[in-house]
Amino acid sequence: MSDFDQLADYVFKGNAYGVKELTQKMVDAGSDPMEIISKGLLAGMDIVGPKFKAGDMYVPEVMMSARSLAEGMKIVKPLLAGKDAAVTKTIIIGTVAGDLHDIGKNLVVMIMESGGFNVVDLGVDVSPEKFVAAIREHNAQIVGLSALLTTTMLNMKATIELIIEEGLRNSVKILVGGAPVSQSFADEIGADGYCADAMAGKEMAAKFLN
Amino acid sequence: MLIVGELINSSRKAINEAIDNRDAEYIKKIALEQVAAGADYLDVNCGTKVYNEAECMVWLVNTVQEAVQVPLCIDSPNPKVLEAGLELCKYGQPMINSITDEAERFEAVFPMALKYKTKLVALCMDDSGMPETSDDRMKVVKSLYGKLTSNGFPEQDIYFDPLVKPVSSVETAGQEVLGTIVAIKKAYPNVHFMCGLSNVSYGLPNRKILNRLFVVQTMTLGMDGYILNPTDKGMMGTIKVSQVLLGQDSYCMNYLTAHRSGLFED
Repeated sequence: MSDFDQLADYVFKGNAYGVKELTQKMVDAGSDPMEIISKGLLAGMDIVGPKFKAGDMYVPEVMMSARSLAEGMKIVKPLLAGKDAAVTKTIIIGTVAGDLHDIGKNLVVMIMESGGFNVVDLGVDVSPEKFVAAIREHNAQIVGLSALLTTTMLNMKATIELIIEEGLRNSVKILVGGAPVSQSFADEIGADGYCADAMAGKEMAAKFLN
Repeated sequence: MLIVGELINSSRKAINEAIDNRDAEYIKKIALEQVAAGADYLDVNCGTKVYNEAECMVWLVNTVQEAVQVPLCIDSPNPKVLEAGLELCKYGQPMINSITDEAERFEAVFPMALKYKTKLVALCMDDSGMPETSDDRMKVVKSLYGKLTSNGFPEQDIYFDPLVKPVSSVETAGQEVLGTIVAIKKAYPNVHFMCGLSNVSYGLPNRKILNRLFVVQTMTLGMDGYILNPTDKGMMGTIKVSQVLLGQDSYCMNYLTAHRSGLFED
C-alpha cells in the first residue's frame, strides 16, 4: 500500500494517531502537501461519505474520521500558504438567532471541513447582523443557516433579508438545513439550497463552489 | 406512568399532508390508534405550519376530539397557538409542551399554564444554551421549580424533560440524563418527568434497541412520563415489563392484560 493509500485508510478507519504520524512523515520526506490532502486525507473522507450515506457507517465513525482528517490538515495546511483554491473557499455556518441547537450544525461543520473547505463556525444564536459581518470579514462564498425549531426557522428568512439589504446576496450562496426545514420552506425564503443532511450539504457546497 | 402519543406532528409527512388537505379521517385514525395502543395523552404539534399554526392547531384539536376523549398535550412554543389549542380542550387536564427557562419563552408560556390550569412540560434549558452535564440541567430545574411554585403552580403538575441528546455525538448524553433523574428525584420528589427519548439513538443503527434499553434505564431511576409512538409494540411491551419488575403493576394485571392483548407477540 502506498503512503497515500495508507493515509486514506487511516482517515477512513478514524485512526487519528496514524494520520498524524504518517502525515508528518510524508511532509518530512518532501511529499507535496497538496497531494497529501487530495490523494490521502480527502481520499479517505471520500470513502467515508458514500458509506455514511448508504448507512454502512454511522455518526460516531464519521466523527472519528473527521477528527483524524483534522489532525492531518493541521500539519499540512500551514504549508499551503493559499496555493490551493479549495481551502481558500470559505463557508460561514451558524445556528440562527434564538436557537441554541448545535449538534447537527457541528456535524455539518465537520463534514464541510472534511470536504477541504475553510469553514468558519459562528456557533449558536447567531444574529442576522453577525452573519452579515462574518460574510464581509471572511469574504465567504457560502453561508449555511441551521435551525432546529419551528419558531426560529423564520429567523433564517430574517437573515436572508438582511443579507439582501446589505447588498451581499449576489456574492454568496445560501444553504439552509435543520429538522423542521424543508425544500418548500427553503424556496419560500429564497435560499439557494436545502440540505437534508450533512452529506447533502457538502455535495451542494461543492457544486456551488466548482 | 404517563404516555403521551407523539404521532400527530406536522413534521411527519403524512400528518403534514393530512393537515394541508384537511383530511380529518386520517387524523382521527391516528388519534384512535394511539389511544387504543395505550396513550394517556395525545400530543398535537403543527409547528412547521409557521404561517398559520394557530389555525391548524384549532382544526387538529377539534378533529382529534371528535374521535377520542383523552386529554391533549398542546405542543408549541408560541403562546397564541397554545391558547388557540387550550381553549378548545374538552377532556381532562390539558398539558403544555413546553416551557423553558429562557426569559422570553417563560414569560410567554407561563401565563397560559396558570390560566388553563395545565400540566406543564419543562425543558431543562435556559438562555445560556443547551445543557451538557446534569449539573447544568439541575441549575435550570432549580430555577424553574422556584419560579413556577412561587407563583402558585402545583409541583405535581410540573413534568421535567431532562433533554436527551444523541449518544452518537455526545458520548455522555445518556449518563447525564440518568444523573439528572436521580438529582431531580432527590431534590423534588413530587414533580414528574416527561421525556422524548428517541433522540438518544440518533445516528446509530438498531435504534429501537437503544430506545427500549434507555426506557428501562430511565424508568429504573424514576422517570415516569414519555412522549413516544405508542403503536410501537416493542416499546410499549418494554414499558409494561419494566413496570411489573419495578413493582408498579398491582397483581401484574397490566402485564397480563398486555400479554392477552398480544403486545408481546412478534
